[in-house]
Amino acid sequence: MDKQSRWAQLRPYMMIAPAMAGILAFVIYPILYLIYLSFFKYNLMNKDKSKFIGLDNFTQIFTRADFYKALSNTMIYTASVVLLTMFISLLIAVWLNKKSKINVIVQAGIFTPHIISIVSISLVWLWLMEPNLGFLNYVLKTLGLPPSQWLQSSKTALLSVIIVSVWQGIGYYVLIIVAALQSISPSIYEAAALDNASKWKVFYKITLPIISPQLFFILVIMTIGSFKVFDTVQVMTGGGPNNATNTIVYYIYGFRTTNIGYSAATGVVLMAIIGLLTFVYFRLLSKKVHYQ
Amino acid sequence: MASIAFERVTKTFEKNVVIKDLDLKIEDGKFTVLVGPSGCGKTTLLRMIAGIDPQTSGKVLIGGRDVTRIAPGQRGVAMVFQNYAIYPTMSVRDNIEFGLKNNKVGKAERNQLVETISSTVGLYDYLDRKPSTLSGGQRQRVALARAMVKKPAVFLMDEPLSNLDAKLRAQMRIELIELHKKLGTTFVYVTHDQVEAMSMADTIVLMNQGVIQQEAAPDVMYRKPSNLFAAQFIGVPPMNVGELGVEGVRFGFRPESAVLADEAGDEHFSISGRIATREMLGSETLYQVRGANHAFMIKCTEDLFTVDQEVHVGVAAKQMYFFGADGKRIDEDHHRYRDYMEALRGKRNG
Repeated sequence: MDKQSRWAQLRPYMMIAPAMAGILAFVIYPILYLIYLSFFKYNLMNKDKSKFIGLDNFTQIFTRADFYKALSNTMIYTASVVLLTMFISLLIAVWLNKKSKINVIVQAGIFTPHIISIVSISLVWLWLMEPNLGFLNYVLKTLGLPPSQWLQSSKTALLSVIIVSVWQGIGYYVLIIVAALQSISPSIYEAAALDNASKWKVFYKITLPIISPQLFFILVIMTIGSFKVFDTVQVMTGGGPNNATNTIVYYIYGFRTTNIGYSAATGVVLMAIIGLLTFVYFRLLSKKVHYQ
Repeated sequence: MASIAFERVTKTFEKNVVIKDLDLKIEDGKFTVLVGPSGCGKTTLLRMIAGIDPQTSGKVLIGGRDVTRIAPGQRGVAMVFQNYAIYPTMSVRDNIEFGLKNNKVGKAERNQLVETISSTVGLYDYLDRKPSTLSGGQRQRVALARAMVKKPAVFLMDEPLSNLDAKLRAQMRIELIELHKKLGTTFVYVTHDQVEAMSMADTIVLMNQGVIQQEAAPDVMYRKPSNLFAAQFIGVPPMNVGELGVEGVRFGFRPESAVLADEAGDEHFSISGRIATREMLGSETLYQVRGANHAFMIKCTEDLFTVDQEVHVGVAAKQMYFFGADGKRIDEDHHRYRDYMEALRGKRNG
């Protein structure tokens, strides 16, 4: 009897043990190890020569100008990508909301970039943005507009990376928003029509609040994702020219062989920033999100 | 207040003609119920009045004015939807006053209206709640309040009670009758439930496959159905119908018109049979009596018989109906009416 009740108590823990083991080994342990590494001047060649240096890595981070450059680049990148992608996705989703054959085709077309590797996309855009022979400057010239240096000038390089990221991300978010829009009962719109509501009023008083959970979800995951941008930068600019596109993750990557302790410390800072930002989002916006 | 008129109205969905050349007048201030089986076009008619699914051709007039080119919000109509269509992210107050705000009603007047209407429907204490925290009956009331607050000339209701449980539905029926009495505006109510139609309507408009079968007050609809469809749609259980065997004519009688007895009586129409099923409903009992050629439902106020018992069914002559081969009811002054009566007598115990 006693044995049986003890087993009943233990059983739930036994059931979740395999999953917990996986999480411990592949999530918790790496995070803790990252934090552990951030306190060391780590020697990759000879582990025994690694030296505990306390918070020195962090002091260094917050006093170095190149970190702040990477941080501000990342913030500009994130803000632009999140705002542009959400705005354009919402616009396209509202347009694609009506079910018709052409819309299905357009939607599939917009989604296509999402299934292509970001590396291939970056390469293609690299060609398109080539200042002398690229297609974009050709179009600008044909339209009688001044050509741009795109990735080769520190003034326009970050913008160019942002354009590529927005272009690649839109399809996926359009899909989510269209699904959200189509889950709204048509009779709600009919009721609004009978309530003499203008189109704009219907949109911001009814449609937007109803899809706010999805928009909030997109905002959070896109912010997190954009803060961790790496592949576009790696392929298209390598952080250049003159650190104009150096982002935090690329910055971390830069020290992977020379100073892994410093890299780890920057990783911890990034984690803290993202955590803080998400917390702020929830604090500021959760009242405006209408879960049903 | 306003009357409604349809003039040669046709409605097609893609290539399906749902309603063709329909004419109908709905009287001002009356409670009119559009009833019929699903897919008969009753909701389509209602949506044409509202303007959310305008007619393909023909005219819809509200208060004598052609509203074809007038937007739904400016027709002076309010509608209660089957699923209530409450704005889920707005509080009860916002739901009720949304239409008022759009119509630029001043704040003081708006507040006063919202408070009066919400106390009328019993929602005053719930004004700041979200719809998701309300019960089905309360949501129904929000939808009603939202319609009432606009003081519409026409109230449209699309099966508003079908999502409520039986008890609440019966209560809401009474409340709607009282509401109509109090407001005195034109009510147009769509339902597939003939009980709702019978209990609330001043006028019932019975439809089938896009065609109006009969337009009459409930008692007329019940006592003088214009055709077989009306006879069988209105009344529970429906009218019993059998073949007369003469010129394709069918006879019919209401379940409660028949008398059950152990011995054959001297009623005009009489057959014998065996009780196949018995449903004891409290104040009445329903028997299904199977004869040689027919199965009839009989409603008795007394519960005297048991299953498998042999019984005699008798119906008085004046309780009988006849329907022609085309389904139309044959009136008593029809020149063949007597012949059919005789033919029916010949079927005794058949």
